[in-house]
Amino acid sequence: MTPAQFAFLTEFLKQRSGIAIGEDKRYLVEARLAPLARMRGLASLGDLIEGVRKGLDVDLGDAVIEAMTTNETFFFRDGSPFQALSEVMLPKLIAARSAERRLRIWSAACSTGQEPYSIAMTLDQHAAALAGWTIEIVATDLSAEVIAKAKAGLFTQFEVQRGLPIRVMLANFTQDGDKWRISEALRRRVHFRTLNLLRDFSALGRFDVVFCRNVLIYFDVATKRDVLARTARQTAEDGYLVLGAAESLASLGVPYLPVPARPGLFARVPSAANAPSRFGAAVA
Amino acid sequence: MKHCLVVDDSSVIRKVARRILEGQDFKISEAENGESALALCKQAMPDGILLDWNMPVMDGFDFLTALRSMPGGDAPKVVFCTTENDVSMITRAMRAGADEYVMKPFDSDIITSKFAEVGLL
Repeated sequence: MTPAQFAFLTEFLKQRSGIAIGEDKRYLVEARLAPLARMRGLASLGDLIEGVRKGLDVDLGDAVIEAMTTNETFFFRDGSPFQALSEVMLPKLIAARSAERRLRIWSAACSTGQEPYSIAMTLDQHAAALAGWTIEIVATDLSAEVIAKAKAGLFTQFEVQRGLPIRVMLANFTQDGDKWRISEALRRRVHFRTLNLLRDFSALGRFDVVFCRNVLIYFDVATKRDVLARTARQTAEDGYLVLGAAESLASLGVPYLPVPARPGLFARVPSAANAPSRFGAAVA
Repeated sequence: MKHCLVVDDSSVIRKVARRILEGQDFKISEAENGESALALCKQAMPDGILLDWNMPVMDGFDFLTALRSMPGGDAPKVVFCTTENDVSMITRAMRAGADEYVMKPFDSDIITSKFAEVGLL
């Protein structure tokens, strides 16, 4: 891979997916794309990049993006976001939406579905309070391949064991050969679709909670700011944003404030509000 | 330091489990069947037990049933760790008093998350 090819690839990835790859991540490019080059019968990584550049194979660019996307996920990953959903967000939103009885949650980079299905299982813990409500969980990802897997709701033994207590697993999955199939009730509750966060997503409508964990870390500051500003427009004014526990919004100038003692949880700051005082009221 | 008893007739599995759990600051004892494990529990009841199902002399299910009827035998958190992955087998183990269940093969993330789930981490 020549410096020019690497430069082309980084620009291609940034334009198409927002992923920012620095020179220090050259090893990652080689690790992820060399197997793809072999699979496509190409002699080298350089040939693969030339193929993308010349646009001879329309699927090749998508395959490169898919290979460079990190799809690491598991059920109830990190625990605390789902605890926060159960203990902070849902009680607040159930009280605030008691008249309309409607909740919308977006899992913005859902990978193979473990996050939105974990959200659905968390909502099940509040089934009595949410009886008769219209609940919509929208789950999106850049990769069509992972969305297809998420929709199928079929997981390996290894996948179901990562993060799922056995009793929760038995209650929500049935054995299907050597795999485990998520219950039809949970599967039907999540609406999956492919979506590129760099493009306009206003058609998705407004959400009460947006999960966007460990995605923005791959974007440069300008892209991050743009995606978050547009996400804020799709977040209800008393809604929430959930990022990875180590992610920060500091200096990005977007209308969210951290919820104290809840790593990764941010409350939307209402548009015309005096942020600190209204924020205090919002999370009390 | 918490004490975990690893019960498995495979020395390889015991070695792997020891490595994972020592990495989580557990003191480890080992037994190669249910009978030896019961004898160890009579001497000192562990905080946690990682338990195989199929073993010679006394299998994991018989061990668990005997353990839970011993004085103080309701205290250890028991994580079954076995190739038995049929729902009926898992249900049977949970009814016998297992707190969690790991289907082999496993990795350190799975073992760690299961031990955290039962409050040992």
